[in-house]
Amino acid sequence: MKQQIPVGIISYGCYIPRYRFKTSVLSEVWGESLGPIPELSIPGPDEDTITMAIEASSMALRKIGLDPKKIRAVWVGTESKPYAVKPSSTIVAEAIGATPDVSAADFEFACKAGTEAMQTAAAFVGSGMAEYALAIGMDTAQSKPGDTLEFTAGAGGAAFIFGKKEESIAWLEESYSYVTDTPDFFRRANLPFPEHGGRFTGEPAYFTHLLSAARKIMEITGLSAKDFDYAVFHQPNPKFPSLAGKMLGFKPEQIEPGLLSPYIGNTYAGSSLIGMAATLDVAKPGQRILMVSFGSGAGSDAFVFTVTDKIEALKGKTPPVKSYLNRRKEVNDYGLYAIFQKKIKRG
Amino acid sequence: MREVAIVGIGQTPVREHWDRSLKQLAVDSILSAMADAKVEKVDALYVGNMLSYELAGQENLGAVIADQAGLYDIEVSKIEAACASGAAALRAGIIAVAGGAQEVVVCCGVEKMTDFLTDTVSQGLATAADWEAETLHGVTFCGLNALLMQRYMYEYKVKHEDFAGFVVNAHQNGISNEMAMYRNPITFEQYNKAVEVTAPITLLDSCPICDGSASVVICPLERAKEFTDKPVKITGSSCAYERVAVAARKDILFFEGVYKSAQKAYQQAGRGPKDINIFEPHDAFTIITALSLEACGFAEKGKAVNLAREGKISLGGELPITTMGGLKSRGHPVGGTGIYQVIEVVQQLKGQAGKNQVKDCSVGMTQSIGGAGTVVVTHILEV
Repeated sequence: MKQQIPVGIISYGCYIPRYRFKTSVLSEVWGESLGPIPELSIPGPDEDTITMAIEASSMALRKIGLDPKKIRAVWVGTESKPYAVKPSSTIVAEAIGATPDVSAADFEFACKAGTEAMQTAAAFVGSGMAEYALAIGMDTAQSKPGDTLEFTAGAGGAAFIFGKKEESIAWLEESYSYVTDTPDFFRRANLPFPEHGGRFTGEPAYFTHLLSAARKIMEITGLSAKDFDYAVFHQPNPKFPSLAGKMLGFKPEQIEPGLLSPYIGNTYAGSSLIGMAATLDVAKPGQRILMVSFGSGAGSDAFVFTVTDKIEALKGKTPPVKSYLNRRKEVNDYGLYAIFQKKIKRG
Repeated sequence: MREVAIVGIGQTPVREHWDRSLKQLAVDSILSAMADAKVEKVDALYVGNMLSYELAGQENLGAVIADQAGLYDIEVSKIEAACASGAAALRAGIIAVAGGAQEVVVCCGVEKMTDFLTDTVSQGLATAADWEAETLHGVTFCGLNALLMQRYMYEYKVKHEDFAGFVVNAHQNGISNEMAMYRNPITFEQYNKAVEVTAPITLLDSCPICDGSASVVICPLERAKEFTDKPVKITGSSCAYERVAVAARKDILFFEGVYKSAQKAYQQAGRGPKDINIFEPHDAFTIITALSLEACGFAEKGKAVNLAREGKISLGGELPITTMGGLKSRGHPVGGTGIYQVIEVVQQLKGQAGKNQVKDCSVGMTQSIGGAGTVVVTHILEV
């Protein structure tokens, strides 16, 4: 899937809430064995997907000093919309100063809503409809109390501004999407938490779609694992992306810079985007990055980016992902956690 | 009564078959067994299955599967005996052939379990217990077996780690069985560190939830040479049961149903425990293996774990068990299991067990147990 006009990422920003919650508390509360992730990032009581998306987008704008009025589209991909009906994207667009000459919408495709927004942003710019488009993947991941997902659900995400290749810090060589109707994970209307299909979420869902998308884009571009410097995969836990990388022939060091789930958990629609942001933080001109998301339902979006010389000028302009990881305040009390996550509400 | 022989075998790999339905799995193994026996027509199909209603919304399996397999104008029915359903289907076939009612019969065992989450499958499996006395009060199958294991450890002063040998042996044997679900070795250390499911049962004491189907073609022994050069004789076939509710039993550490079933099969075959070269027990949980070995007369009460410790159950030992991985490593597609066990013994008796071949093997025994030691079907096979 190629645009008529070559495009790329011209800037990016990320956000991770400062609060951390040890999953050993969940093991004690629910009498379950320890989960795969030691601690999760969780939103503060006054944070939600919208405030977090505004933070990440503001950082992306600040990095290059772009006039927000030049942004022609603001798209937010998330599973945790504060409003069921009413766009999150309009609030984000208004808050960053992009309104009113702008397109805005929320994207829904479970954990790949963010990359769906990225692909559409690339298409908007690549068709000449817009000079700049902003794509955000952000989540305050939801989970049923006591469910396996509660042991991995984190909060965070990233924002990417797309523009023409000449202005880009990483230009888009190719993108590809692979989708089937596979009901591995869903949340029905009017229900507060998602359901998942246990072991069904692994092989038939995550691995089938992510590996198919990755293999296809590598086939289209004629590239193999050794041609990439980094690979970023959707990361519902530490094991899945590591195993997927291994199956595709990647070495652990190619995946490690963008693998954040061991530190903050699964940020759903933010997951692969924040991994991409962390990878761009360390990437050097000329390096090539494979990015593959996975969204339940199910599908994967794959991207091949090549980093340009312009990335050097961005270094140090805004806090890197690592500084958000290091900025931390522990909340190791299930009651507080439940309040912060809006699992219980004052009557 | 006519003597009966097995003249064809067919099995699907035991897996999480996300892309195959109950019907497809059953048809795969039926057609493969018929091809092995080189028959295009059979006279009857008996399908062993436990959970098709709960997990596939399907009953009337005999007809549904015969239809899909293109086996028109034959006798069909589904046989249900909880986890012993597959073995009970074989026994139904044997009765039909031995009594002269049928000539060439396919006995199929099938289960499709992975379309639902564990809770639903556990609820389905728990229907094999006594609803009023047990299930209603919330106990699961794992829970019932945990009670047995706890009592066993207490009465006989046996430690949990003493059961490790059964699991290590099963997984070692499963490595070279292409049909097995888990073809990885398990070490003593891994066993001892396994996650607890229902104390004292851990994940590695337990067999997996999985999908699979296995079928055999049987006929009168006198006609067996029409279909194969190497027929396997069924010299013992028995079914016995004991009180369903575990609490209603005189001695919960002695599987009365297993004892009665084994004794009947021994009598029919004119054999005793010492004559059995290999044994495929119903190792759904390690405690079931131990109690089965004891009730079948292979070990004294409280001493079964010694067989594992002393290496007597390995392929080169005195009584090799779970020779192709057992329920633990090959997997336990509930209604399919009884037929998988029989096929594995057939392979051993015919010298077709590959790397797992047991030397000088001419008498083998299989045993399937439905419920917590409740319904027990035993078969003795010979060449």
